[in-house]
Amino acid sequence: MSDMAAQPSAPAELPSAKTDWLPLLLIPALGLLALPFVGSPSTWVTLTVAGLAMGMMIFLMASGLTLVFGLMDIINFGHGVFISLGAYATLLVLGPLAGWATADSIGLNLALLALCILVAMGVTALAGAVFERVIVRPVYGSHLKQILVTMGGLIVTEQLIHALWGASPIPIPLPQSLRGAFVLGDIVMERYRVVAVIIGLVVFVGMQLLLNRTRIGLLIRAGVENPEMVEALGYRIRRLFVSVFIAGSALAGLGGVMWAFYRQTLTAGMGMEVMVLVFIVIIIGGLGSVGGCFVGSILVALVANYVGFIEPKLALISNILVMALVLIWRPQGLFPVARR
Amino acid sequence: MTEPLLQLSGVHTHIGPYHILHGVDFTVPAGELTMLLGRNGAGKTTTLRTIMGLWQASSGNIRFDGSDITTRSTPDIARAGIAYVPEAMGIFTDLTVRENIVLAARSGPVDKNRLDWILGLFPALKRFWNLPAGNLSGGQKQMLAIARAIAEPRRLLLIDEPTKGLAPVMVRSMIEAFRALKSSGETILLVEQNFYAASALGDNVVVMDDGRIVHSGAMSDLVADKDMQQRLLGLSLDAHQ
Repeated sequence: MSDMAAQPSAPAELPSAKTDWLPLLLIPALGLLALPFVGSPSTWVTLTVAGLAMGMMIFLMASGLTLVFGLMDIINFGHGVFISLGAYATLLVLGPLAGWATADSIGLNLALLALCILVAMGVTALAGAVFERVIVRPVYGSHLKQILVTMGGLIVTEQLIHALWGASPIPIPLPQSLRGAFVLGDIVMERYRVVAVIIGLVVFVGMQLLLNRTRIGLLIRAGVENPEMVEALGYRIRRLFVSVFIAGSALAGLGGVMWAFYRQTLTAGMGMEVMVLVFIVIIIGGLGSVGGCFVGSILVALVANYVGFIEPKLALISNILVMALVLIWRPQGLFPVARR
Repeated sequence: MTEPLLQLSGVHTHIGPYHILHGVDFTVPAGELTMLLGRNGAGKTTTLRTIMGLWQASSGNIRFDGSDITTRSTPDIARAGIAYVPEAMGIFTDLTVRENIVLAARSGPVDKNRLDWILGLFPALKRFWNLPAGNLSGGQKQMLAIARAIAEPRRLLLIDEPTKGLAPVMVRSMIEAFRALKSSGETILLVEQNFYAASALGDNVVVMDDGRIVHSGAMSDLVADKDMQQRLLGLSLDAHQ
């Protein structure tokens, strides 16, 4: 942040901001709480890694939406279609490069995954730009219209997917090296889930660096709080809005690729199916907070895994239960963002 | 009077169905501090927001340094060299004091000498440099809002009621800061309810009532004329001392 490094010739010991650690402690606390109920430590590790991977995939799918909602105050029910579109975009790569998926080379397998991600992000970024211009821009400022119009956009785009790729589910192969699991003693960790954790962490760290260490990030954070003042400082907030919408769509595309390889089946409604979960995590995290979205995603996924193992009948309501408890504790979410 | 830096001619502003400004005319001379006074609801804030392009003038003309800025967008007006401090201060509370100031310096890093000068005007900000601006008191937030407006050299500062709700000691330090800004040659249009502060600072005064300009002239004339104070503002300077 060298361009932002202005420092006053002030006393050396300047006080720093206090980090709110309490919500972060929820994750290890939850893990420790679950351990005696799960019983076996190896099963606990397996469940935890699986939960972390699921949490990362939810984070990838939700992080764009929380930024769009936080900065632009837009309720985009059409976000799910970017997840589906990202997933289907893998076909553009898997078609001509099918051999890379079955090749006995980890390099080719990972390159295939990287290409799928790049193409999906490109496709969804482009779709996001069109979606913002045609569907969202006319309804800035009206939440009800946003819900109706973005829902309409979602339905239209899902039908376009059907028209392009057919209505039947399409199976896709997981690249060879990402199949199977790492086995360490009694601990089993699926390879693909480990890759999902790594990609999720990279994206999270990247977003944190962007938001906290760059001028663009400062503008986004300031714009979430007071867009009018950002304009009065001479910045064109509309361009920032559009860029964030496009970036949010591209992130959904990335989440869609990870989700597609996890399910190994494509359906046009796969994005919409996870939207309830996506909305739950952005509400838990605090609307507009990327850090909150990250913690919320992991929390929801871990609870679903632990509860699904300990008391399967409760698994269905565990997410709602987590959201209710968090909102009773912190009504604005784990990391509330100051709002206009 | 020197050449006007800002000139409003017959400016009308509507907000929804309401007609707020009714043909506002006044000028702000370069290098001077012009006070915009008036009772609550007189249209002072609307005037500043209209100049900034936050509300569009429905008719009339606003010229800044010879250029017509009436229909220009807010970012364009800011880039032309006008800084705005709203009544609510517009501080980004999630950002640190430092980040608030860094963001205001559009052209790059804040100049070190200028930063030292700004923190000399508002020394309290040094202590909170790396803390979220939301932690500041009302007076400190006001200091930050003004510090942010002057993070880079600007041609004109529009400041809306900077002493509102501040303790007397804070009002005095704010007056000192404005005196220092004035002496550095800044051109300022300052909305103020506190007539004591206004009389201590203003070179010129413009008084509004019901969306119209009812008086403009030298501040010294208004200070000297208690009847005029009573008639225009419903109070006299004595009431503020």
